[in-house]
Amino acid sequence: MGSRASRLLREEEIEEIKKETGFSHSQITRLYSRFTSLDKGENGTLSREDFQRIPELAINPLGDRIINAFFPEGEDQVNFRGFMRTLAHFRPIEDNEKNKNPSATEPLNSRTNKLLFAFRLYDLDRDDKISRDELLQVLRMMVGVNISDEQLGSIADRTIQEADTNGDSCISFNEFIKASFVVNIHICTVVWFPFLS
Amino acid sequence: MATLWRFTLFLCMLLMACGGLSLASKEAKTRSSQTETGTHNTTEEGGHGAGPITTLPIVTWKWDHISVQYLVALWVLVCWLCKLLIEANHNVTNYIPESALLICSGFILGGMIWGADKVQTFSLNPTVFFYFLLPQIILDSGYHMPNKLFFTNLGAILIHAVIGTCWNAASLGLSLWGCHMGGAMGDLDIGLLQYLLFGSLMAAVDPVAVLAVFDQVHVNEVLFIIVFGESLLNDGVTVVLFNVFDAFVSLGGGRINAAEIIKGIVSFFVVAFGGSLVGIAFGILISLLTRCTKNIQIIEPGFIFVMGYLSYLTAEMLSLSAILSTTFCGVLCQKYVRANMDESSVQTVKYAMKVFANGSETIIFVFLGISAIDKVIWVWNTGFILLTVFFVFVYRFIGVFFLQWILNRYRLVPVELMDMVIMSYGGLRGAVAYGLAVLLDEKKIKEKNLMICTTLIVVYFTVILQGITMKPLVMWLKVKRAAVAEVSLLEKITNKMFNHTLVAIEDISGQIGDNYFRSKWRHFEEKWMTPFLMKPSARKKQDDVFDVFHQLNLKDAMEYVTEGERRGSLEFVRNDSAILDFKKKLEITDMIGFLCSRDHIPSVSLEMHEQTMKAMREPEAVDVHHLLDQHLYKSRKQYRHGFSRSDFKINRDEKEVQEIFQRTMRNRLESFKSAKMGVSPPKTLVKYSKKEQQEKVKTKRGNKELDSIHSTDFEFSEGDSASGYDSSYPSFSMRATYRPGGGIENPAFMPDLYPTDLLQEIPPWLAEGEPDSSMVAPSLRAQANLPNSPMEMHRLGLLPASTRSTDTKQMNNDQLPPPPTPPPPPPPSGHM
Repeated sequence: MGSRASRLLREEEIEEIKKETGFSHSQITRLYSRFTSLDKGENGTLSREDFQRIPELAINPLGDRIINAFFPEGEDQVNFRGFMRTLAHFRPIEDNEKNKNPSATEPLNSRTNKLLFAFRLYDLDRDDKISRDELLQVLRMMVGVNISDEQLGSIADRTIQEADTNGDSCISFNEFIKASFVVNIHICTVVWFPFLS
Repeated sequence: MATLWRFTLFLCMLLMACGGLSLASKEAKTRSSQTETGTHNTTEEGGHGAGPITTLPIVTWKWDHISVQYLVALWVLVCWLCKLLIEANHNVTNYIPESALLICSGFILGGMIWGADKVQTFSLNPTVFFYFLLPQIILDSGYHMPNKLFFTNLGAILIHAVIGTCWNAASLGLSLWGCHMGGAMGDLDIGLLQYLLFGSLMAAVDPVAVLAVFDQVHVNEVLFIIVFGESLLNDGVTVVLFNVFDAFVSLGGGRINAAEIIKGIVSFFVVAFGGSLVGIAFGILISLLTRCTKNIQIIEPGFIFVMGYLSYLTAEMLSLSAILSTTFCGVLCQKYVRANMDESSVQTVKYAMKVFANGSETIIFVFLGISAIDKVIWVWNTGFILLTVFFVFVYRFIGVFFLQWILNRYRLVPVELMDMVIMSYGGLRGAVAYGLAVLLDEKKIKEKNLMICTTLIVVYFTVILQGITMKPLVMWLKVKRAAVAEVSLLEKITNKMFNHTLVAIEDISGQIGDNYFRSKWRHFEEKWMTPFLMKPSARKKQDDVFDVFHQLNLKDAMEYVTEGERRGSLEFVRNDSAILDFKKKLEITDMIGFLCSRDHIPSVSLEMHEQTMKAMREPEAVDVHHLLDQHLYKSRKQYRHGFSRSDFKINRDEKEVQEIFQRTMRNRLESFKSAKMGVSPPKTLVKYSKKEQQEKVKTKRGNKELDSIHSTDFEFSEGDSASGYDSSYPSFSMRATYRPGGGIENPAFMPDLYPTDLLQEIPPWLAEGEPDSSMVAPSLRAQANLPNSPMEMHRLGLLPASTRSTDTKQMNNDQLPPPPTPPPPPPPSGHM
């Protein structure tokens, strides 16, 4: 399985991805084989339908949002590079990499980028603000039917009130970072395990 | 309280009767009465023709004739009454686990018997335990094992079960021996081999005890399955170890050489794997049998039990591990049995299994208590006993931490420190250890009674003490952790979101689902096992998600009817307006409660709302957090147990899964529609769908009514997507919608087909429900339903501020007649 995948994936490409995302070689080949197995159209890119075929995502309340997060704005296809770039957000935060070259751009798996990913999940219209409406939509996705709209509305109001410091009834990314100070960021890391397959 | 006393009184009377009868039976037989009930095959001396008669007796006293059976039944009754009594006091069971209470009630019963007999007549007899009480518990555990979870963690489970158990046995035996050599225990006639034998019988974590405690403490599923799976499998390992060392002890120290040790190791593997193989063979047999039991549905469930029991006995006969055999038998056959058998049979098996397992679990605990009240077995040796308790406790911790530390390096999601503490702390010893201790041969082991006594003390120590402290410990550790995080709502929501995201990313990257062996196995299963073991008719609807749906729909339907009956008539079946109501009952009461409790918050005006909120911030904060805690969907990693011995209801989680699934599907349907024909006028859309449906409906159901209903529904969702895709949540998430049928199995797999297929599957009551809710006077429930988008909430109070909400309102009214005026074409939503 792995050998087939690596044959299709050029060495230099792997190197580039490695540099950009920080994944190891075996992780990349493994994820590539996953990528190709998802790619039913066999054209080297994934469409929304490809993602939607993953049965577990259908029972994930945020499934479709997360699928959307894989696609750059306005595009319907994502190639392997893009796929890996999104996945890289979920690598564990590495301490040693931080001080290696502080001038370089922040790695994708940094705390800020992880939070940015979450922020983007809220922020549908990409105006860099979470409005009450957007918050409500997310809330509605994540709670059961037993909660009424009034209750949800008041929850959303409270949430915004708590986080909103400049009084525009929206949560900006800065406010989001401040408010999410205690968010358990390490839970948002997948420990990538180099499978032998 | 009065009922409690009455029960106690009744219990005492029963017990006295029991004791008296047993006394009578003993006198009649003038032989030392066997322990416990039902096992001795002494020839009955009473009975038919018990001597010459002089005249025809009208009634005779034939106690001897039925004494054994009678005592068995009485004991079962008494034990179950104990459980009844205990479960009547919820405030007690909240703090002390049921198993501990059962043991304590066993103490009391034992005391009574002792008081009456001056000798312990009843105690847990290994034969009864291993042949009549244990098998159903094991079978139940296997049959209801959450398979996916089990096999995902099989590696960890096996390592803990095999290596952990060996470690426990060896370390305990050797340390005790060392202490003995050091002179910590005084004068005892126990050699190294005997110590190892003792260590091996103490090594096993008991599934009965563990489950009884873990049932009440909610731990996450990975932890649960590791401890539970370990306890199931290591019983097998322990029995094997025990047999090997028992043989060594019989051989005597002098004759053990390398060859014998190698033989011991070989036999270890043969016994373990052989047992599993026997189990697998029987599992296949059961599956095959259930393929052809269509005509004898009434005794269909019985096969599972008989065959399960036979697998236990067969393995025992071949001196293989019976526990492993039955476990794997259950694990293997569950899938096929459920698919092959009739729905009612499946339910019967499920319930009967729980009755047997729970029943015998109760009996085991009560008898563990009763067995303690016996002067003979209490041989006190402070050093031996205390050291054993200490070592058992400490080595469990060391073993678990060490093994888990190694395993964590290879695990996807490492088990946290806290979980490891709970895992170690959950190492409860139970009846298996006691049963093995009683099995010891007194001739070979002089200090048998000391060992029994120590075993009992360890069992009590772990089950009662650790059982009681388990819950506070978990709470304490959790509270400590929760106190650090999640002070604000946004954090809470975001954390939750991260959890969901993480699960999704794992799914996408195939970290869990794409395991090499798993996919190979699935391939093998699909190709060979399924056609062979499953009915052709059952094979078609073999889909996990679908299966859950099917179960839920059945349950909903049943609830629906029950609810109707509760109201006094079944008229509602025909009554359209009532048709929506059955699942809402809870929500209404919920909401009333909620509104009442916080009526200081006017839900009418948002501005006022906010003002009040500022004032009421503190008390409300608690409320809101609580509300969120209760209602946020759990992500898959968290508390999703697959198994519980006492609780067999479909849990809330599956409901959630269903809700989410429906939501997703509805969303996809809409985005698909808007993408594909968003610009085209809806009128043609309706026609198109109507035509399609008509054909399908005719061919499939021939039900004309459905047609109009479907188009209504289609219309409605169209309107929804016009008002933003979020708006449809309240409307569709209410109901268990999809019916079992071809089209629904996996809509995601056929994007080109699913609009029509889906529509067809939407049952009439859903479609009817929506117009209904907007048409009828706003009842409380309807009010909860009405706002079709969160934005629309304004409508409840203020004037419709945004055009958007007017739109939706308009649409809601529009769609009342079946062919309504179509709403304006939905703008292609950019976000989907």
